[in-house]
Amino acid sequence: MVPWFACSAAIMFVAGLYISFFVAPTDIQQGEAYRIMFIHVPASILSMFIYLVMAGYAALGLIFNTRLSSMMASALAPTGALLAFLSLWTGALWGKPMWGAWWVWDARLTSELILLFLYLGFIALHASIDDPRRADRASALLAIIGSVNVPIIYFSVQWWNTLHQGASVKLTGTSMHVAMQQGMYTMMLAVWLYAIAVSLLRVRSIILERESKTQWVSELMEIKR
Amino acid sequence: MLEISNLACSRGDHLLFSDLNFSLSAGELLQVQGANGSGKTSLLRTLCGFMMPVAGEICWRGQNIRELGDQFYAEMIYLGHLNAIKDELNALENLRIGAGLAGCKVDDKQVIAALRRMGLRGRETLSVKVLSQGQRRRVALARLLLCNASLWILDEPLTALDVGAVELMQDLIGEHLVNNGMVIYTTHQPLEVVGVATRRLTLS
Amino acid sequence: MNKLSLIGLLSLVIRRDLVLAMRRRADVLTTLIFFIIVVSLFPLGVGPEMDMLRKMAPGVIWVAALLASMLSLGRMFSADHLDGTLEQMMLVPQSLSVLVLAKILAHWMVSGLPLVIMAPVLGLQFDMTTQAIGVLIVALLLGTPILSMVGAVGAALTLGLRGGGALVSLLVLPLCIPVLIFGAGAAEAVVSGTSVSSHLSLLGALLVMALIFTPWVTALALRISME
Repeated sequence: MVPWFACSAAIMFVAGLYISFFVAPTDIQQGEAYRIMFIHVPASILSMFIYLVMAGYAALGLIFNTRLSSMMASALAPTGALLAFLSLWTGALWGKPMWGAWWVWDARLTSELILLFLYLGFIALHASIDDPRRADRASALLAIIGSVNVPIIYFSVQWWNTLHQGASVKLTGTSMHVAMQQGMYTMMLAVWLYAIAVSLLRVRSIILERESKTQWVSELMEIKR
Repeated sequence: MLEISNLACSRGDHLLFSDLNFSLSAGELLQVQGANGSGKTSLLRTLCGFMMPVAGEICWRGQNIRELGDQFYAEMIYLGHLNAIKDELNALENLRIGAGLAGCKVDDKQVIAALRRMGLRGRETLSVKVLSQGQRRRVALARLLLCNASLWILDEPLTALDVGAVELMQDLIGEHLVNNGMVIYTTHQPLEVVGVATRRLTLS
Repeated sequence: MNKLSLIGLLSLVIRRDLVLAMRRRADVLTTLIFFIIVVSLFPLGVGPEMDMLRKMAPGVIWVAALLASMLSLGRMFSADHLDGTLEQMMLVPQSLSVLVLAKILAHWMVSGLPLVIMAPVLGLQFDMTTQAIGVLIVALLLGTPILSMVGAVGAALTLGLRGGGALVSLLVLPLCIPVLIFGAGAAEAVVSGTSVSSHLSLLGALLVMALIFTPWVTALALRISME
């Protein structure tokens, strides 16, 4: 499964990047800089989506005590954190030429930053507990609390932002060119496939590590040798 | 009363024991034996519901303790390696709180009587900080006298106790068994209760 | 033998924690002094212009309160964990959530309430108006219990871990952001002349939600951590 997803992710990346850099026309208002969008938007959307999936797996693991779903949750976390970071970074790169500032305290940016903190908290908690079962269960609880909190945080940040009447810059909702849309969708798919591939790869190594004492793993080792 | 069937426990990845079966009925005494690290404490902690067994069931009066919850806790008392007493409080306060956590309301007279029974006359209002290890253990053990729980789960009750206190413990356990109580304990010291056959369970 | 009622248990645990805190006064005072020092450092850092300070005051006091409450979180369960009392608490023949709620309330009385009482003095340092100080107090009264409750979840999750103190801040601080926003927002609303009550009612809603869910979640986290 992993190579399949990885290969298709790579192909989609190449195709997506080609469309976004060569096919898609230059934006009238934003010039060439808007092309960051092709990485930024998929990364942001997926970083949020992965958190939900992670919390879902964590909840499954906590309720039904299944080991695999807990492993999936911990495998997803680094990818989610990476995407959240990527989204913040590209957002900053995009913001500089557009808004004239690397960072504005916009509701979306702030919530994305908090999302990154939640990911880091999850990873840190998981890493600092030695007993794998306790680590799974404790961080699962944290992920669920986080997912309950995400909407509250999002709305409070949004409200805070409108009250402050700060530099709220809205993304222009102008109709996109067809090639832009295609580029966007391709990149979205690419990031999606990448996330699946990497998480599966990571969960495979987590399984091997956790089950290293069981019979089938040592048999597998024998075969590999 | 207490029935354990096919119990398996693990600590991390390490499987401590599996397929453990035993049952305990009123007036019985069970000693859990085994080398260091064989899972004695884990077994007792599993019986208390702190740890989830990997497999198997623990039933009290025919019902799983996970389902019973509070009802089971009201009928048992656990004394771990740690004394669960606070240095900042005196013996009297410690016991009052300890009994309260076990769910029973006691007055000072009962607490003082229990402390005297444990040979701590005159130490009732001393801060626990100034007591010796053995005396602290006695304070912790005095909790057994305050609550009439029928199941006692004792993890190394005799550590730090002197000969007199060990004899006192034997008497206490004997009395408890006569009153249809049950005791499960671990120890590395000899503990013989007069008139009762100690059942032994060896973990390896 | 009498059985202890639910309320009896609640008051027993609260009284116990308060007595313990009184016998270890230094810990309580450290938190309070930390709070005062952090707030007092801000004017030194940003300069003594009264206009700016007045504008900053609610935010500064709230952030300091947040940090001060983080400081005392580690103590919430760790002492009981170390001497085995927590094990006995798990065996309470009543709901563990009630016991946790008692511990949270006691923790708030010891670490949150002193901050609320101290806040007006600090508000005066920042030249806040009486009305703004009044709103700040109400907001702190509503908000600091939430900090204790959310903090309890974090403290329970990180029980007995090395570096637990820093970790608990990493877990809890992001979750406390709504409290910070509405709490500081309430006092700022007085300054800017917008509606105060909406902030306060949102804080109240958060408090009710935290009151319903956190004791239960904390109890669950404790069971996980004790395994």
